[in-house]
Amino acid sequence: MFGFGILTGLLILPLVGAAFILTLRGDQAAVESNARYGALAATVATFVLACFAWAKFDPANPGFQMVETHAWVSDAIQFKLGVDGFSFPFVVLTAFLMPFCILASWHSITKRVREYMVAFLILETLMIGVFVALDLVLFYLFFEGGLIPMFLIIGIWGGKRRVYASYKFFLYTLLGSVLLLLALMAMYWHAGTTDIPTLLAHKFPAGMQTWLWLAFFASFAVKMPMWPVHTWLPDAHVEAPTAGSVVLAAIMLKMGGYGFIRFSIPMFPEASAYFASFVFALSVIAIVYTSLVALMQEDIKKLIAYSSVAHMGFVTMGLFTLTPQGIQGAMFQMVSHGLVSGALFLCVGVIYDRMHTREISAYGGLVNRMPVYAVVFMVFTMANVGLPGTAGFVGEFLTLLGAFRANPWVAFIACSGVILSAAYALWLYRRVVFGELVKPELKDIADLDRREMVILIPLVVLTVWYGIRPGTILDAFAAPTEALIKNYQAALTAAKTAMLVVQ
Amino acid sequence: MLYKLIVFLPLVGFLIAGLFGRLIGARGSEIVTTSLLVVSAVLSWVAFFNVGFGAGTTRIQVATWMSSGGLQVDWAFRVDTLTVVMLVVVNTVSSLVHVYSIGYMHEDPHRPRFFAYLSLFTFAMLMLVTADNLLQMFFGWEGVGLASYLLIGFWYQKPSACAAAMKAFIVNRVGDFGFLLGIFLVFVLTGSVAFDTIFPQIAGLTEKTFRFLGYDWNALTLTALLLFMGAMGKSAQFLLHTWLPDAMEGPTPVSALIHAATMVTAGVFMVARLSPIFEYAPVALTVVIVVGATTAFFAATVGLVQNDIKRVIAYSTCSQLGYMFVALGVGAYSAGVFHLFTHAFFKALLFLGAGSVIHAMHHEQDMRNMGGLRKHIPLTAAAMTIGTLALTGFPLFAGYFSKDAIIESAYAAVAHKGFAASYAYVLLVVAACMTSFYSWRLYFMTFEGKPRWGADAHASHAHASHGHASHGHAAHGHDDHAHAAHAYDDHQGHGHDHKPHESPLVMLIPLAVLSLGAVAAGFAFKGAFIGAGYDAFWKASLFTGKDNHILHEMHEVPKWVIWSPFVAMLIGFVLALYMYVLRPGVPGKLAAANPVLYRFLLNKWYFDEIYDFLFVKPSMWIGKFLWKKGDGFVIDGMGPDGISARVVDVTNRVVRLQTGYLYHYAFAMLMGVAGLVTWYLVARG
Repeated sequence: MFGFGILTGLLILPLVGAAFILTLRGDQAAVESNARYGALAATVATFVLACFAWAKFDPANPGFQMVETHAWVSDAIQFKLGVDGFSFPFVVLTAFLMPFCILASWHSITKRVREYMVAFLILETLMIGVFVALDLVLFYLFFEGGLIPMFLIIGIWGGKRRVYASYKFFLYTLLGSVLLLLALMAMYWHAGTTDIPTLLAHKFPAGMQTWLWLAFFASFAVKMPMWPVHTWLPDAHVEAPTAGSVVLAAIMLKMGGYGFIRFSIPMFPEASAYFASFVFALSVIAIVYTSLVALMQEDIKKLIAYSSVAHMGFVTMGLFTLTPQGIQGAMFQMVSHGLVSGALFLCVGVIYDRMHTREISAYGGLVNRMPVYAVVFMVFTMANVGLPGTAGFVGEFLTLLGAFRANPWVAFIACSGVILSAAYALWLYRRVVFGELVKPELKDIADLDRREMVILIPLVVLTVWYGIRPGTILDAFAAPTEALIKNYQAALTAAKTAMLVVQ
Repeated sequence: MLYKLIVFLPLVGFLIAGLFGRLIGARGSEIVTTSLLVVSAVLSWVAFFNVGFGAGTTRIQVATWMSSGGLQVDWAFRVDTLTVVMLVVVNTVSSLVHVYSIGYMHEDPHRPRFFAYLSLFTFAMLMLVTADNLLQMFFGWEGVGLASYLLIGFWYQKPSACAAAMKAFIVNRVGDFGFLLGIFLVFVLTGSVAFDTIFPQIAGLTEKTFRFLGYDWNALTLTALLLFMGAMGKSAQFLLHTWLPDAMEGPTPVSALIHAATMVTAGVFMVARLSPIFEYAPVALTVVIVVGATTAFFAATVGLVQNDIKRVIAYSTCSQLGYMFVALGVGAYSAGVFHLFTHAFFKALLFLGAGSVIHAMHHEQDMRNMGGLRKHIPLTAAAMTIGTLALTGFPLFAGYFSKDAIIESAYAAVAHKGFAASYAYVLLVVAACMTSFYSWRLYFMTFEGKPRWGADAHASHAHASHGHASHGHAAHGHDDHAHAAHAYDDHQGHGHDHKPHESPLVMLIPLAVLSLGAVAAGFAFKGAFIGAGYDAFWKASLFTGKDNHILHEMHEVPKWVIWSPFVAMLIGFVLALYMYVLRPGVPGKLAAANPVLYRFLLNKWYFDEIYDFLFVKPSMWIGKFLWKKGDGFVIDGMGPDGISARVVDVTNRVVRLQTGYLYHYAFAMLMGVAGLVTWYLVARG
């Protein structure tokens, strides 16, 4: 296609949509309507193209596929794209969720609709870019660039304390990105290239690995977010518009995990082994700590945000077990959390659009007026709790199994998250949905309309389907996981032999 | 195909009633789910005779669930005698409960939802009992937990029902915590979660140790204990029992199906299924005995003084589950499963009978407001009599064979298990006496004596309840509860006269069928389950070590041991007769004379209060503390808020020159400068 591959197409399509929307002129209502439909068309087209790519994708191949290289800054820094089993599911996930985000913003965004849609389309390009970039500089640009539209979405279309939230969001991520940039330069000086496949084969000296690992960690840990650098997330979620929360929870949090699996573990294996216990400690603290905090939240979005942090704790724990179950489980957990937490924020959006409050105490007894909503919300609540048969279980189980093999203590503490998640999720459900409907302002709240059904029903189906048959996604991670673990162990063995020789 | 039909027909019913309940209406949902369940039940009996009295042990692969590294998990059915016994129990009781509910729930506007949940439960339970691996078992395990949660909270307007539903789910999750860790450990030890791969490896692992939580455990003992923790949660054993009595908030058919006959026995089933593991973990088996015996005794003591008809039966269930675990613990797995089998019939009968009473009394559950009902609802009374006789172990009724077998096996095990078995034997006999007492107390308070209901009995009723149990605040709780039930009843039960009425045929037929089971199930299947037909019936589905001769030994216990439960039962009956029929004033006086003991029992040994104090309140307090102090004060204070406050200070003081909006990049630069300055000052100073 004009000398460009399918991945470039995925990057360009949303931008074409954005360009189209920017050219819209005329009376305001028409512009807004066209902007909505234009954005929807662009995201749907992107998703169709992603499905097309999916058909071509070979899950048995552990290497990079659909690779395309274009001249860019220099010979060493090129515009190189490609996907493997680790990244491709996230490309599809991103493309899949964006139309829902646009639909979710259909009525709730009333000011600056055009700019909003443009911001979302650019955000989509940048997010897909993160997962398809095969050059470190390119990755960095996408990775940090994604902050800008998100920053704007929270800052312009957010709630009352949006400035504080976006500021906090920015401040946290800034520190990480500065360190990431320094690490990136150090890697370039040492290896002479920023090409990711080459860097994956490159051996960094042990001392350098430690520092590079820490620098990457600073950036990815904030993105995850890991305890104790998680406090930006609840505020960002609370203030962000619904679709912003969805993107944040479903995609942007996954960039941290993706970073670990793409860079930290394969490029710095010795440092990863060295720091594994440290990551375990932070992960289990996150699981218990944030679950307890979630228990006491008074704001629905904040509660879900804290539960996200707990779920991301399972991810980091699983990744650093360096067992097949741990890694595949962690990757699956990221995808399933993308679906489930995204859906939960959409569910909150549904009632927020009606009542304009996120206070738990403002609700109660919704099931009386909104039976369909109650069912949908129940499915996602149960998936969030990790009930077997929903997508939420597979990742949680596999990461815990991996953790148990690596360190039974870690699994023991993390397993208590199973109890706590049931406690906070069911308590939330009980306070919002169950009970008698006594609050006068809720008396004529309406059940899901057709647009909301179109958004939520596919997510319900997928959540259950991937709980019963997770193979489609889980198997995509199998080949690269196997390769990763093999290389990791080879590197550790090599390091050990080298040490013996020195002694 | 047979087994796929048995398992998936209820799922079809659930999907039809759940998705299209509004379309096909309440009647349609009832017909669809009930008829599918009846078909499934008939097929189960076919399977039962095929496998139990033929040779039909098979494995049926349905699909792959997940695979990762060495882990391979399938959706598959393992069909052996243990499975078909459970299939029969689950589907028979479930289909009868479906039929019964058509009558019991006929006033409820949410019947499609109710029947959908019932079928969902049945499906999950069938997945549990047919599981071919630990993970599918866990799927069923959690699935029944979900269905139980939904059904306990079925009347979601009632706050007490919502709270009970949550409590059931969360307490069960505590057990699941152990179950999950047990699964992990099995995988680490054997590299698999499939029974066919695990079981042959167990014999070679007896000496293996595993380091867990800073202590070197015998690997199999630890595995068995962790898995048993799951069983304790699901089967409401001592310490994890608190959810079961509260679960009575659900509609009565639900209590009969889930919280008496099937789901709560899942723990018993699990231990029986995993007998190849438990048999090699003698220490764990001793724990099982002690926990089972303690539960049997504890629950029976609490059952003595409860006034809510359903709660009495709930504690009785809890207690009987303890009996089953004692049987498992001494190695008489088949005796445990036999009691599970007979218990399903007579306990479902008692619950459905109680439901019939509640139905007749317009949703009144407090026995203090009943009495003299036999003349008004004679068929229900007859059914309850049969159920009571079976539960108390009256000769030739179902419970007689299974319960006495357990007590005898406990005695026979004294030779191998020493103190634990004697402890179990004594407690079980005492509990048998109390079982008889509370069962007959229930019967007498409900069906005999003077009526304490209706307009003319109102004055005396108020008086009676004052004299009887106005001690202790739990009594108040019960009153509130009764009011809630009343309030609910008012809103759906207009236009009834307040005379008790016999239930419709659709409710009586299930009672009749279950009565038949309660009379005959023990006698008919005794030989196959625990007698001469043992080997031919069970084949390889239950494992017993080569030194385990308990089934043989339990037939050779001394005569006085054989008589002991019967005598205990008689004593209980006579006491109940004396206190509730001949001298009705005695219970009140006894309670007044021993207020501490009475309150201790009435408040269920204060477990709810202790747990609230130990776990619930502290979790909330810690959660709040971590949120406000941890996140808010420490992390944000040190991090972003602190930094921004400093930056704003600096910018205000230093950068007055620049007006207008300061971009954040500028903030960040200043932050860097500030840092540099600080470092310079510190280094030079």
